[in-house]
Amino acid sequence: MTSIISVQNLRKTYGKIIAVADISFEVAQGEIFGFLGPNGAGKTTTVECLQALRDPDSGKISVIGLDPLRQAQELRRRIGSQLQESALPDRIKVWEALDLFASVTDKISDWHPLLEQWGLAEKRKSSFAALSGGQKQRLFIALSLVNNPEVVFLDEMTTGLDPAARRVAWDLIRAVRDRGTTVVLVTHFMDEAENLCDRVAIVDKGKIVASDSPQGLIASYATGVRVLFSTDKPDLAFLEKVSGVKNVTRRGDRVEVEGSGPLLALVAAALVEHDIVPPDLRVEQPSLEDVFLKVTGRAVVD
Amino acid sequence: MRTLTKLTWVEIKLFIREPMVVVFTLALPIIFLFVMGGVFGNTPNPEVYRGVGAMNYYMPSYYGLVMMAIGTVALPLHLAGYRERGILRRLRASSFSIWTVLGSQLLVSAIIAILGSLLVTVLGLATYSPDLPENIPQLIGAFFLGVACFTSFGFFLGAVLPSTRAAQGIGLILFFVMMILGGAGPPPEVMSNVMGFIGDITPLRYVILTLQNAWLPGPDFDWYTSASLVTAGITVVSALLAARFFRWE
Repeated sequence: MTSIISVQNLRKTYGKIIAVADISFEVAQGEIFGFLGPNGAGKTTTVECLQALRDPDSGKISVIGLDPLRQAQELRRRIGSQLQESALPDRIKVWEALDLFASVTDKISDWHPLLEQWGLAEKRKSSFAALSGGQKQRLFIALSLVNNPEVVFLDEMTTGLDPAARRVAWDLIRAVRDRGTTVVLVTHFMDEAENLCDRVAIVDKGKIVASDSPQGLIASYATGVRVLFSTDKPDLAFLEKVSGVKNVTRRGDRVEVEGSGPLLALVAAALVEHDIVPPDLRVEQPSLEDVFLKVTGRAVVD
Repeated sequence: MRTLTKLTWVEIKLFIREPMVVVFTLALPIIFLFVMGGVFGNTPNPEVYRGVGAMNYYMPSYYGLVMMAIGTVALPLHLAGYRERGILRRLRASSFSIWTVLGSQLLVSAIIAILGSLLVTVLGLATYSPDLPENIPQLIGAFFLGVACFTSFGFFLGAVLPSTRAAQGIGLILFFVMMILGGAGPPPEVMSNVMGFIGDITPLRYVILTLQNAWLPGPDFDWYTSASLVTAGITVVSALLAARFFRWE
């Protein structure tokens, strides 16, 4: 694996507040790397240091072979940035913004396809202030790609997008990755990290607490499977003897069976054997959310 | 270079689309031109207006007024607003340098000042028949010195004023004080000592004196060395302070 980003022992404090305690990681060329964590975990500070927008207190950073402290301008020219907090002049038109931001690169850059891809073609002559929140957000993503960057940093890129637009955005970002651009994504959405990222680093309190592919994280941290169903039969003690079952909990008619292995099939067979045929029998596979709960000890709160 | 050209062109369009700054930089000087011209005409009176006709006095003054509106209203509002709203941050993240951002503003200021002054010239000449400028090369020199002075002054205000509101408040106060007391309002000869003193400490006074001496004919109005040096001094000090206090966010 060729690293396009390499960070060692990054630390950044604001006065007494430790935003980033000690973070080290590598990002491979051509992958989608995600930072997942609650607000205030240090994700944004970390990627801002990588984009030469903040100076770290200590640590070594290399992005596309450049040092953000000493080669900031060249770095900013060759990467793309979608920032969490930024704006454009109210009266700039969509096409003017794209045309302007395309001019920073010497590479041939045609911004017209971005208008189509990000659903802005009809709004090309609208002023920034007249755009909806989602349209502004899509314009900022388009601007981050307009200079054909080698690495693009997307900080909470789907905030403000409706569910359909989020799916489209994910597909477009995958296409960007497939064309060879490395993507660094900051998100607090579990589904986004799980669906989109090749690798995820879970950040909490300024540190990376776990890092792997979403499937890898789930495999190592959340082995349990849950089978859920409803029944009014009182005696379910037989379930505890089914192979793989670790725990059976019951709230009224709702039953939750925790365990591992091929739990659904075995539990189903045991239920049928005891003449219980619940219509709502289903299995819940562990998700990144379970991993997150396990490694941080709490749920992400918006 | 391509980035500077693009940004300058976008900024010119944005300038024209912002009604408030257009009113202050382009419309107000013309309104004053017609009011003052209508009231005072251009007959010389040895008591006031440095002994020359009111319109001969005011034509170069209104060049100064256009520049001053850029430096006190347009630029501070623009820069403070850009910083407050995260536009500077957005530009910086895409590798726009401070030289591109401020360079484009300098170019826009010069272009708007030229546009405003041409408007004043054409409308003034067409209505109140002031004398034509005597020394065109000197006038051009004085003009660009004035533009540099107020652009630099605007950068300074834009760098130190923390918010759009502050820029609006302070900028407008400075605009009116300078306009009335600094040489584009009533003739300095009729002002009280205090008013005269305040007028003397405004940059506009020296920009206007330099412009007037280039415009007006006769041995009394040679190149105004001391006024032009004060103007140059304000330019340099403002630029240094702007560089010292400039913040992207």
